[in-house]
Amino acid sequence: MDTKGDKKGSKKEGNSERDKMGSKIDSQADSQVGTAGNDKMGSKLLTLFLSTLYISAFTFGGGFVIITLMKKKFVDELHWIEEDEMLDLTAIAQSSPGAIAVNAAILVGYRVAGAPGMLTAVIGTILPPMVILSVISVFYAAFRDNRIVALVMAGMQAGVAAVIFDVVYTLGKNVLKEKSMLAVLIMLGSFVAVRFLGINIVFVILIVGVIGAVKTLFFDRKGEKA
Amino acid sequence: MSLYAQLFLSFVQIGLFSIGGGYAAMPLIQSQVVELHHWLDVGEFTDLITIAEMTPGPIAVNAATFVGTRIAGTPGAIVATFGCILPSCIIVSTLAYLYYKYKGLTIIQGILGSLRPAVVAMIASAGLTILLLVLWGEEGFHTNLADFNVIGLCIFAAAFFLLRKWKLNPILVMVLAGAVNLAVRMFVQ
Repeated sequence: MDTKGDKKGSKKEGNSERDKMGSKIDSQADSQVGTAGNDKMGSKLLTLFLSTLYISAFTFGGGFVIITLMKKKFVDELHWIEEDEMLDLTAIAQSSPGAIAVNAAILVGYRVAGAPGMLTAVIGTILPPMVILSVISVFYAAFRDNRIVALVMAGMQAGVAAVIFDVVYTLGKNVLKEKSMLAVLIMLGSFVAVRFLGINIVFVILIVGVIGAVKTLFFDRKGEKA
Repeated sequence: MSLYAQLFLSFVQIGLFSIGGGYAAMPLIQSQVVELHHWLDVGEFTDLITIAEMTPGPIAVNAATFVGTRIAGTPGAIVATFGCILPSCIIVSTLAYLYYKYKGLTIIQGILGSLRPAVVAMIASAGLTILLLVLWGEEGFHTNLADFNVIGLCIFAAAFFLLRKWKLNPILVMVLAGAVNLAVRMFVQ
C-alpha cells in the first residue's frame, strides 16, 4: 500500500531526493511485511517490542517525552523512520484522541511492521505502566510518601528536560537549515501560541495545516510547473 | 450492566474524548470515575494523579489500571485499559493508513511540511514546562533566588552536555540524573 501511495505522489510532483529515499524505505518495509513469518520479521517485531517496552518504562512526564525518546531510538539509532516522517507522526499522534504515547506507538508500529507491528508496539507501551500501577495501587501510600523515590524522580525530571532540549536542538537546527522564512515564522508563532497564549495544541495544528494548504495551493503552483 | 461492561464503556469514552493527551484527560477521568460511577473518592483521585505523575506511562492508562485493579482486580485493569486504548487503535491506525497512502500528494506534503516546525515548537514548549518545574517547582518562574534549584540546573546542564557531546543513551542519562540528585541531596543534609 505504501509503494502505491508513493508512486501516485511522485507522478503528481517533482520527485525530490527525500521522496526517493522515502519510497525506497517504504518498499523495503513492504517487502518485509509481505514475508511475515520469517526470522527477519520475527526479530524486527522482537526489537520493536523490547524498544517500546524499554522506552515506556522510563517515560515520565507526558507524551512529548516518549516522542523524543522514540525519535532517538527509531530515527537516530535503528534508522527505521525518517526524521521528517517522525514529525508527521507526532502531529498525527498529538491531534488524535487518546494518550499520545499510545498513539505514537500505534503509528511507529504500523510504519515498521504493519498490523502485527502496531499490536506489538501498543502492548510494549502499555505493559510497563500496567504492571507498575497494579503493584503500586496495592500499597500506594507508602510509595507516595517515600523521600528517596521523590528525590530520584526530581532528578530524573532534570534529565528529561535535557533529553527534550537535545532533540529540540537537532530538530530546530534542521528547520533553520531549510532557509524558509515561513517555516521559521511558523515555529516561532506556534511556540508563542502554545507557550504564552495558552492556545490548545489541536487548534494550532489545524491553523498551521490550513496555512500549509493555502501556501501549497496558491503559491507553490508556479514553481512546480517550471 | 456488569461491572466489567461499565468499566469498559467508561474508559472507551475517556480514550475517545481526551484529545491532546496527559492533562487533557484528567477532568474527563474525574467526571467518569469520581462523579458518575463513584469508583474513587476525591482523595483517592488526587492520589491517583500524584502516582500517575511519578510513574511512567500515560495518565489514562495509569488511571485505567488503578481504577480497574481497585474495583475488579487484574481482569478489571485489563478490561479498563483495553477500553481506553481501543478508540486510539481504530482512529490512529486509520490515519496511519491514510497518511502512508496519500503523503506523496502535493497538498498533503504542503500541510505536513508546514506542520513540522509547529511540532518542533510544541516539543520545545513541553520541554520548557518541565525545565521550569525543575528550576522553580510548582509555582513556575519568579525572581526569588532563594527558591532557585541550582542543583537541578547543574544536573540539567550536565545531562544536556552528555547527550550532545557524547550522544549517550537518553534513558541512561535520565537514570543518572535521578541517581545524582538523590546522592547530592542526601549528602547536603
